[in-house]
Amino acid sequence: MDIRSIHALLRDRFENIIGELQTPERGDASIAVAAEGLADVCRFLRDNDATRFDFLRLISSVDRGTRLSSIYHLYSYPHSHTAVLRVDVDREAPRVPSVSSIWASAEWHEREAFDMMGIIYENHPELTRILLPDDWEGHPLRKDYQPPAEYHGLTNT
Amino acid sequence: MADDRRKTPEELFAEAVRDPRDLTRYLHYLKQTKSEGMSVLVAPLDAAINWSRANALWPLTFGLACCAIEMMAVGAAKFDLDRFGAGAFRPTPRQADLMIVAGTVTHKMAPRVKRLFDQMPEPKYVMAMGACTIGGGPYSVHGYHVVKGLDRFLPVDVYVPGCPPRPEALIDALLWLQQKIAQERPLIKRYSKETA
Amino acid sequence: MANETTREPADTLRTEELLINMGPQHPSTHGVLRLIVQTDGEMVRRTWPQIGFLHRCFEKIAESLDYAKVIPYTDRMDYLGSMNNPLPFCLAVEKLGGFAVPDRASYLRVIMAELNRIASHLLAFGTYALDLGAFTPFLYGFREREMILSIFEKISGGRLLYHYPRIGGVARDMTPEIAADIRAFLVQMRKVWPEYNTLLSKNQIFVKRTANVGVITREQAIAYGLTGPCLRGSGVAFDLRKAHPYCGYERFSFDVPVGEGAMGTTGDCWDRYWVRMAEMMESCKIVEQALDGLPEGPFFEKVGRSFDLPAGEAYVPCENPRGELGFYVVSDGSSKALRVKSRAPSFCNLCITDAICRDVLLADVVAIIGSIDIVLGEVDR
Repeated sequence: MDIRSIHALLRDRFENIIGELQTPERGDASIAVAAEGLADVCRFLRDNDATRFDFLRLISSVDRGTRLSSIYHLYSYPHSHTAVLRVDVDREAPRVPSVSSIWASAEWHEREAFDMMGIIYENHPELTRILLPDDWEGHPLRKDYQPPAEYHGLTNT
Repeated sequence: MADDRRKTPEELFAEAVRDPRDLTRYLHYLKQTKSEGMSVLVAPLDAAINWSRANALWPLTFGLACCAIEMMAVGAAKFDLDRFGAGAFRPTPRQADLMIVAGTVTHKMAPRVKRLFDQMPEPKYVMAMGACTIGGGPYSVHGYHVVKGLDRFLPVDVYVPGCPPRPEALIDALLWLQQKIAQERPLIKRYSKETA
Repeated sequence: MANETTREPADTLRTEELLINMGPQHPSTHGVLRLIVQTDGEMVRRTWPQIGFLHRCFEKIAESLDYAKVIPYTDRMDYLGSMNNPLPFCLAVEKLGGFAVPDRASYLRVIMAELNRIASHLLAFGTYALDLGAFTPFLYGFREREMILSIFEKISGGRLLYHYPRIGGVARDMTPEIAADIRAFLVQMRKVWPEYNTLLSKNQIFVKRTANVGVITREQAIAYGLTGPCLRGSGVAFDLRKAHPYCGYERFSFDVPVGEGAMGTTGDCWDRYWVRMAEMMESCKIVEQALDGLPEGPFFEKVGRSFDLPAGEAYVPCENPRGELGFYVVSDGSSKALRVKSRAPSFCNLCITDAICRDVLLADVVAIIGSIDIVLGEVDR
């Protein structure tokens, strides 16, 4: 199935939760999904026979200035097709439902997105920092991040 | 020998230690340093201690990042660190006397490096291998989580530049360290009337 | 009078589960990995992997530099696969920028990537045996690895980190001398591979340590997002070079080894080890075919040191020695990326540790971590 058919299938099933299909001139297309319906959409994509997205490749987080995005790259081993989902959230209250109950690999990806970008994944079993020390302040991949001048006595310049 | 007068006692001693069969150098060293009140009996013991320490340095298996792979290559057969006496890599710091910090030190790792250094018994030496440990390396400008140099929190004896340094560079650094150890005077410092 | 020594041990012996710290400095963790291990005697009940000790801020650096300058940092992520790492990044940037890569460059990229795969698997073979207590395979593996590294040094100037695949092609052309070196290496590799096989694969001690240990089922492998030899060891015959070929891999004929439980169960540590061993021979086939068919022509497309990339986003995955390495590049039209996210196979493969290191022996934890074959530079980026 190509991305347009997947988008049409999702639009049929979930209506308002699915946003526009962004097809740039170069590069990958992505399907916008509203945050509150993400878990249902993902479960459908994994279990539905036509789509069968059993492999969550990665979860990225992007800071687009006005909003943060949580991007999901999916792949299906039986059908060999891909899909890209995009969830946009507000900078001040970035809350996205967790998909770690759907794909086990999501657990660490979501922890990393939380660590680096500060997106909070609801119902995640253990949403703690994974790469940076637990007492690190700030989320480095945000565009307005200022690195600390020093950390436990060691300067950063 | 004419320019020996300008050499420090440590350098004279190191020269004497390097070639113990050359008795004239040793006697020259004694003549030069006798005026400083050094104990003649203790100097050969110092030489022996330094010789045994330098030729049997046991490194700690402390590979952090890419430089660790070159350190492993030095331990393997083509470059072979064992022929310099430093082939017995110890996994525990309590049995090691050389910590080759091979790889980037991050803020999360730094307290652990310090703890490992504290756990090593004296005499201990630290070799900063690779550009990351010298001054942050490629991460020195934009790396918020990278400690910009090992010597910010540890005393370093030898710096090995490179990204990663060639195995020959690491062997060269080991030989430098051996020369540095040859200049030490552990017993003379302890027992002579004049401290160095 | 009661004899103290006849009292039942259960009355006097207090047992409790112990939390042991393994790492971040440990000879068998393949780098700075920390495992908090909960043990009941010799049995491990649970492990908690802690990572981040080598987090070197790759993604933030990639937003601060021009695209061409990011490539040395990709080298340093999986420092054992430095010819493979820049490939997905270059392909993603080339896809967004519409740059065409000459054929000769694609062939050279493939030759170097496959040689690097052999070198990486040789090191995995050597260090895995070292973890389990055997020292000889380490020295043997490094002997052939040194041959490959001297080839890499001739073509790129570096022994470990090469900065060789560039945006638009590769850095330097191949000379007849290097081609002769590669052919000599292939002859040597084909001669010694059966020796390595005899030394380790059927060795009873090695089999006892790895067969039926750390079994990852097919469903677990897919659910946890495993890729590479870890996935193929569990019986899933998926290789990006076959399924979605890049750099002209469709031109070469090679097999994809898959774990079948030859010594124990499908998906155990032995299977993952065996996939790596067999992949070395397949890579030799690919290198030979690529050398024979190497076309004439330019080896790079001039793209300039700094260029504006059209806005868009692309994710390109490639088959790294450790699994699927992909770069998700988001461009906003300027000369620096808005976001570069690297999907590192070791990070994704490592997440299964907690699930399979349950009720195993402490020595099995070492065997399992070694069979996953992680590189911490990639895990922490």
